[in-house]
Amino acid sequence: MPANKAKAAALAAVAVQPMPEGTKVVAQFKSADGESTGPPLNLPGDSEDPIPYSFYVGEDEIVKSLWIDRKDKSTEDTITIVYQPQAVFRVRAVSRCTSTLSGHTEAVLSCSFSPDGSQLATGSGDATVRIWDLNTETPRFTLKGHKGWVLSIAWSPDGKTLASGSMDKTVRLWDPKTGKSLGDGLKGHTKWITSLAWEPYHLNSKANRLASSSKDSTVRVWDTTLRRVIMTISQHTAAVTCVKWGGEGLIYTASQDKTIKVWNSSGVLVKTLQGHGHWVNTLALSTDFVLRTGPFDHTGKKYATEEESKAAALARYKAFKGSKPERLVSGSDDFTMFFWEPETSKKPLTRMTGHQKLVNHVSFSPDGRYIASASFDTSVKLWDGQTGKFLGNLRGHVGSVYQVCWSSDSRMLLSGSKDSTLKLWDIRKMKIKLDLPGHMDEVFAVDWSPGGDKVASGGKDKQLKIWRH
Amino acid sequence: MPQNEHIEEHIKRHGRRFDHAERTRKRQARQAHKDSQFAQKVHGLKAKMYNKKRHAEKIQMKKTIKQHEEKNAKQKSADAVPEGAVPAYLLDREGQDRAKILSNMVKQKRKEKAGKWSVPLPAVRGMAEDEMFKVVKTGKSKSKAWKRMITKATFVGDGFTRKPPKYERFVRPMAMRYKKAHVTHPELKATFQLPIIGVKKNPQSPLYTQLGVITKGTVLEVNVSELGLVTTGGKVVWGKYAQVTNNPENDGCINAVLLV
Repeated sequence: MPANKAKAAALAAVAVQPMPEGTKVVAQFKSADGESTGPPLNLPGDSEDPIPYSFYVGEDEIVKSLWIDRKDKSTEDTITIVYQPQAVFRVRAVSRCTSTLSGHTEAVLSCSFSPDGSQLATGSGDATVRIWDLNTETPRFTLKGHKGWVLSIAWSPDGKTLASGSMDKTVRLWDPKTGKSLGDGLKGHTKWITSLAWEPYHLNSKANRLASSSKDSTVRVWDTTLRRVIMTISQHTAAVTCVKWGGEGLIYTASQDKTIKVWNSSGVLVKTLQGHGHWVNTLALSTDFVLRTGPFDHTGKKYATEEESKAAALARYKAFKGSKPERLVSGSDDFTMFFWEPETSKKPLTRMTGHQKLVNHVSFSPDGRYIASASFDTSVKLWDGQTGKFLGNLRGHVGSVYQVCWSSDSRMLLSGSKDSTLKLWDIRKMKIKLDLPGHMDEVFAVDWSPGGDKVASGGKDKQLKIWRH
Repeated sequence: MPQNEHIEEHIKRHGRRFDHAERTRKRQARQAHKDSQFAQKVHGLKAKMYNKKRHAEKIQMKKTIKQHEEKNAKQKSADAVPEGAVPAYLLDREGQDRAKILSNMVKQKRKEKAGKWSVPLPAVRGMAEDEMFKVVKTGKSKSKAWKRMITKATFVGDGFTRKPPKYERFVRPMAMRYKKAHVTHPELKATFQLPIIGVKKNPQSPLYTQLGVITKGTVLEVNVSELGLVTTGGKVVWGKYAQVTNNPENDGCINAVLLV
């Protein structure tokens, strides 16, 4: 149909040329005879950089032309073309290991880049946390103080404090700039700390509230400046495996008692999400990446005052979230995952089945469009981030896949596995892009810097490897 | 040599000397000096035998002393951070999948460099030909004796077809052909049933290696893709050597230990 072809040509032209700022475009298609076909269209046009868009009709992405890429080619229906902006910046694939940093005397258990991507911290089984200088790729500080394995580390969203949770039942706070401990450990838990979550920046720009979950089935919310417990949440009946602090101020806790509980910031139970048949291992929020990076984005802009950064973080959060509620995915030992919208209902929207062994780690892509799940059945599965529908498998690993990590432009996925390799996957083609071997033993932790240029991976061989393009 | 128990009976009836306890004590105290004198003066074969006995005794003594010392010098080891650190998601999963852990990659690299493989069974009992082969009489009057039947376990491989019977000198009976081996990982102490890829070396003779005969001490190549091993270069390992540890012809199965 001439209308289809005209539309396709017009779309192609728009994607190429930049437009002057502040202008809006109202388009009206007219046939050669002068008859207007259809009503005027408001095209999105005001932006500084040309934003790449991807176009979808139904489920099929239009890459070449409307005729070739659609599966059901009926010429009778009206075609609805949905456009979605892709990330403006493009992250380059990491291909080489630039340095292997030794220093830890036991396995590296967790690694994390700071929200602005300038610092890297790793926690290890030798009870130390190390901070590494990324420019020279050498160790900067060794933070000693813990008496047991450091299981989890978390940067505060403003990047000024580092919290580490350990096997010795304490949470310790550190100043990453000077390498000094901020006081003694926060005591209170009776068993080891399983995970940590800071309050999002746009809710609290002082970044002084931290939630820690433990095997003793409680979650404690600490005030890090006063170094005291604000509240203890103890309604779970088995170990709490994961805690996340959502963008609306809700705290989500996943536990081995097969439930996920939703709390508000004063510690009152809001909902219990039931449905899993075995331990719930991991949680992922659609707003994870935005909350982690807070006021920092790919432009690297630094704000002068706290209010400005808080406003910027809030703006980024609102722009990302739009009008839809936050989405939550939970992965469990019963080989399935559930897709929830906790703010709207306590029943899951979708049950995501397909894995043949337990699901160890789930992660939303930074733009919220995809979900990746890592399982002990050696495969990584890709799901749609809006509905939870299955998209495809990523096969290649020969051992259990432990962790997955997205690149900040959501075009690439990194997975670390028990077979000592990391694999880089191209999401567009749903195939492996690069194999990154080099570790001598299982890879326990991977992280991609929010700036997109570096990847850090650590594992049982006690080495930390930094990979770059 | 007392014929009856006169000495004991006398002791029971009349008791011992009054200084008996002191005398025995002093005698034992002198024993150390006497032994030392003996050890210094003795010579010849007697000396050799005595020294050997004494050496064994001393080793045992040292062991018990060390054990006692350990009990005394027990420090507070609660400070020490335990080994085997695992991340939080693996903490409550100790027993699972232990059997499929990777072996140490550094050791592997070093061994490959050295080109040496220290096999668990360095030497095996030599086997005579008549133990290995059984003469098969052929011909119209069954007097020709050029064929041999192999009496031990063999491996023939997938694409094996017999030579035409007229020219077949070595007969490998189907009942003695094996495809799988029970391979034990020496560090993990876990045993897997793995398909055999081939016979690498039979210590008895290169002829047996060619024929594919499997006896005790034979080095086989087995398919280990089930274990999920990966080299440092990122390649998946699918074949490894294993050495046979039993006599398959007696047991009906091949037990081997993986050479890591």
